[in-house]
Amino acid sequence: MKWIRRTVDSVKPNFGKGGRFEKFHYLFDAFETFLFVPGTTTSHGVHIRDAMDLKRTMMTVIIALVPTLLFGMWNVGFQHYRAYGMEVSLLDNFLFGFWKVLPIIIVSYAAGLGVEFVFAVLRKHPVSEGYLVTGLLIPLIVPVTIPLWMVALGAIFCTLLGKEIFGGTGMNFMNPALLARAFLFFAFPAYMSGEIWTDLSQEPGRAVVDAYSGATNLAIFDENFLEMDSARDMFLGTIQGSIGETSTLACLIGALILIVTGVGSWRIVLTVFAGGYLMGLFMNVLAPADVPLHAMHTPAYYHLIMGGFAFGAVYMATDPVTATHTQTGKYIYGLLIGAFTVVLRVFNPAYPEGMMLSILFMNVLAPLIDHLVIQQHIKKRMSRA
Amino acid sequence: MSTETATPQEKKAEPLFSKKNIKTIKDPLDDNNPITVQVLGICSALAVTVQVKPAMIMSLGVVFVMAFANLITSLIRKSIPNRVRIIVQLIIIATLVTVVDQFLKAFMFDVSKELSVFVGLIITNCIVMGRLEAFALAQKPWPSLLDGIGNAAGYGLILVVVAVFREFFGSGSLFGIQLVPQWAYDMGYENNGLMVLPPAALFVIGVYIWVQRSRNPKLNNVS
Repeated sequence: MKWIRRTVDSVKPNFGKGGRFEKFHYLFDAFETFLFVPGTTTSHGVHIRDAMDLKRTMMTVIIALVPTLLFGMWNVGFQHYRAYGMEVSLLDNFLFGFWKVLPIIIVSYAAGLGVEFVFAVLRKHPVSEGYLVTGLLIPLIVPVTIPLWMVALGAIFCTLLGKEIFGGTGMNFMNPALLARAFLFFAFPAYMSGEIWTDLSQEPGRAVVDAYSGATNLAIFDENFLEMDSARDMFLGTIQGSIGETSTLACLIGALILIVTGVGSWRIVLTVFAGGYLMGLFMNVLAPADVPLHAMHTPAYYHLIMGGFAFGAVYMATDPVTATHTQTGKYIYGLLIGAFTVVLRVFNPAYPEGMMLSILFMNVLAPLIDHLVIQQHIKKRMSRA
Repeated sequence: MSTETATPQEKKAEPLFSKKNIKTIKDPLDDNNPITVQVLGICSALAVTVQVKPAMIMSLGVVFVMAFANLITSLIRKSIPNRVRIIVQLIIIATLVTVVDQFLKAFMFDVSKELSVFVGLIITNCIVMGRLEAFALAQKPWPSLLDGIGNAAGYGLILVVVAVFREFFGSGSLFGIQLVPQWAYDMGYENNGLMVLPPAALFVIGVYIWVQRSRNPKLNNVS
């Protein structure tokens, strides 16, 4: 530890005012504060001190993401070996997935942080921790078969046009990770939809079994919702899908961590699920009786456990920057996300994952909701006065 | 009775390409670009910029329409009653657009099919009428003509720049000639499907505005 401190201290003057590398001060600063707690103290004025700084918040989200990450890695291996009809141990499943997912994570961080660093130097603002979460979210919401350069392109796009252009972390009005996914979805549809969810790299002497189906439940359910995986499978997550989104259970564990630590808003998580469920019930009521297999007949709770619904509700919708800020606003925001998702899924087979589009859509509307809630509040207070 | 001595105003003939006139034609290219600074004519910039060739033909059509619409309006500006000026302007523009449309149909039928309805929609291009209202109605014919050409060129510049990006990244070609080699596709390169969709034009224009404003100090305080 000592020698790191000494090395850092010895090169520090170079990055200070008038130093040789003054331009890269913020880059250096980012590395230093990453390694050590900064020793600076506030010099004047009254400050509220809270241990819950941005770094801590971000780390909590990362920890909450770990269950989905681990399960996702295991599921990548599980789906792979299942496609070849092989029974392997839990560890083999996990290791296969680990070596497939790791490069995606590394590329995502490298590309996104690269853009952040360039901007830190150009714009002279400190490197913030915002990308830590985004960089892990992107790998979790793409299929495992995606080419790595696309991951890099998506990460660069979302950091540049989704965040830095608006002023960096905390200024973005759309969730950057979802923006990256939306970008990839529209730019390379062949790699983001269809039967690409399982890694089908060759196994010596094996062929893909006949029973293998590469489609996600979201695609199946538009044709015949009875052929979907069982509710138990969908809840546990042993189904086709993006790396981290399949397991509702893992997402709920993550939700627990986020809510207990107060990082994620339980109002949003709860209302997204409620909105989806209510809209599902509403669909059941409206469903045409003479078409018994129409997607509208799908049991309402299916909507909550299939696709990325749980993942979006827990990790994406609760993003404090892009969600609504007022408490009443959070209820409205959550309900509408859930409801829109189900509507999109049922009525628009071209965009099977309605969660992504409805969260992005509500991100855009969030300031408007806040505005209306505040205006309503002011009006109420005025009438009482 | 006093004799009024009307001193004849000394009229200096302005040279054809005086500084002011040069500015009239050059300003819209950068400092006062109709799309990126005045934010007019966005609609057709999204629609016809999938490929470079249609974008160029479209720009030329707009150059023709704007130049002559400005010129004609300026020539008859004193006889247009103020109350019906919009209708008069519309008739002028519509006539010119019809000429362009018929010309394309006669001599470049395939391009005219590609551009389809968008040639006709030059009528609704806000830049054309915007310049008539803002410039030609109050200026002499020659500067009006230059202003029309300048603004249309500024519009065309953005159109072509956007189209170059969209065609190259969206289809891997320029002017219909394949530029991205086959081996790149074999290595795993893919055309970007988003660039073919209209939102991509917004992204490209947005980035253009960003670059333009960080480069051009005059635009710092333009909202």
